[in-house]
Amino acid sequence: MKIHIPTPLRVYTGKQDTVVVTAATVGEALSRLTTQHPELQKHLYTEDGKLRSFVNVYLNDEDVRYLPEKDTTAVTEADVLSIIPSIAGGGAAQREETNANLS
Amino acid sequence: MPTLVEEPVVTKLPDLSNEEIARYSRHLLLPEVGMEGQKKLKAAKVLCVGTGGLGSPLALYLAAAGVGTIGLVDFDVVDSSNLQRQIIHSTADIGRPKIDSAEEKLKGLNPFINIVKFDTMLTSANALEIIGQFDVIADGTDNFQTRYLVNDACVLAGKPNAYGSIFRFEGQASVFATKEGPCYRCLYPEPPPPGLVPSCAEGGVLGILPGLVGVIQATEAIKLILGNGEPLIGRLLLVDALKMHFRELKLRKNPDCPVCGTNPTVTELIDYDQFCGITPPVSVSGALNNGVQQISVTEFKHKVDSGEDIFLLDVREPHEYQIANLGGFLIPLGDLPSRVHELDSSREIVLHCKSGGRSQRAAEFLQQAGFRKIQNLAGGIQAWSEQIDPKVPRY
Repeated sequence: MKIHIPTPLRVYTGKQDTVVVTAATVGEALSRLTTQHPELQKHLYTEDGKLRSFVNVYLNDEDVRYLPEKDTTAVTEADVLSIIPSIAGGGAAQREETNANLS
Repeated sequence: MPTLVEEPVVTKLPDLSNEEIARYSRHLLLPEVGMEGQKKLKAAKVLCVGTGGLGSPLALYLAAAGVGTIGLVDFDVVDSSNLQRQIIHSTADIGRPKIDSAEEKLKGLNPFINIVKFDTMLTSANALEIIGQFDVIADGTDNFQTRYLVNDACVLAGKPNAYGSIFRFEGQASVFATKEGPCYRCLYPEPPPPGLVPSCAEGGVLGILPGLVGVIQATEAIKLILGNGEPLIGRLLLVDALKMHFRELKLRKNPDCPVCGTNPTVTELIDYDQFCGITPPVSVSGALNNGVQQISVTEFKHKVDSGEDIFLLDVREPHEYQIANLGGFLIPLGDLPSRVHELDSSREIVLHCKSGGRSQRAAEFLQQAGFRKIQNLAGGIQAWSEQIDPKVPRY
């Protein structure tokens, strides 16, 4: 199945916008993804293995958190997983720059 | 759906003059707008938080459409690097407050509307007071602190938020904080730690993208006022300008949401800098920022001039290096973990990026990896250009 990688995280997938994995469930697909691209692990998960709260994973157009079987939901080749991180840009570089300094 | 202009039935909607009727004729011909809709627009008050990339097209279209009162919140001045996308400002406005420049363009476009200016940063102290004066809020800000502040204030004040945000070639839009729908915190309960998601100033943004997304926000604001169509409530629209691909995801109101859930824990505005993990900037030479020693551009120049052996490490991207560089050794921040072996930990290393944010993170990483002789160049190549060598271009 395909996993869509959003722009901010492509730096950890060798600039690829889509990663193809073979998996039976949502959880397995994500674990294949982080095995292929280990740098993603800490950006997607907390140290105790929970999905970070500023990252959402969607199976097609549904939030995995709201699926009855969550990450054990079965997937097929035709399904698409999307990682949706929060972005804050509004295109006002002056203030962005200040925040870049602050961080 | 019910209209959002307060008490439209009991409060008489304002009349339109003959000039206004002529101006808005293409709206009046649409049954979905018509005389009543146009009067609703005239009676409506929309607050644009930010007059930057998103706020520019947003405010221009709201003004053209005849939204009677447009509020503008911004404390910034126009910079030449804004003009690639902030189309409400022009070259002659460089150095002027953005709200003055924006007001002039909006009044020039439509003299029948009122502009209310707030020359301030939106803060926890003023947000409820400002937002309370408007019917619809359009969030066009550019940082997580203000995003959460606008969201929480909209929920607390009961005002819908026509939301848009952008990064490089991607945008997100939705309508948050309506009674029935989810809020921004239902989607993202917490912000990312500082530095994890690069800003537009670090990552760049396609100039046209805020046009696409800002116009979506304006469309949503106008639909909310008219009470017509299907607003983006409970839906997140994803825009990929590079592939020109639009997708829609379902959003759910989270019953456990700390702001809009059934038992809210956030019942007043909080300290959003703290919530987002922002600490005050450290720019004094020798000072520590999160355990990393900072060095000013002046002191760095002094060290270089006096022949000290310093290894300069540039952690920006190769395309930024092409725009301007200080001759440093280039390892982009994202590649640092896999290329750390190229560095000699016995040498004194000064790290720099564009403005000091990414190099701070790189320095923290190196420190954790056991490097001891590292310093972060405060203010980065921008500060070098401003204070040491103006021949180095700013970008």
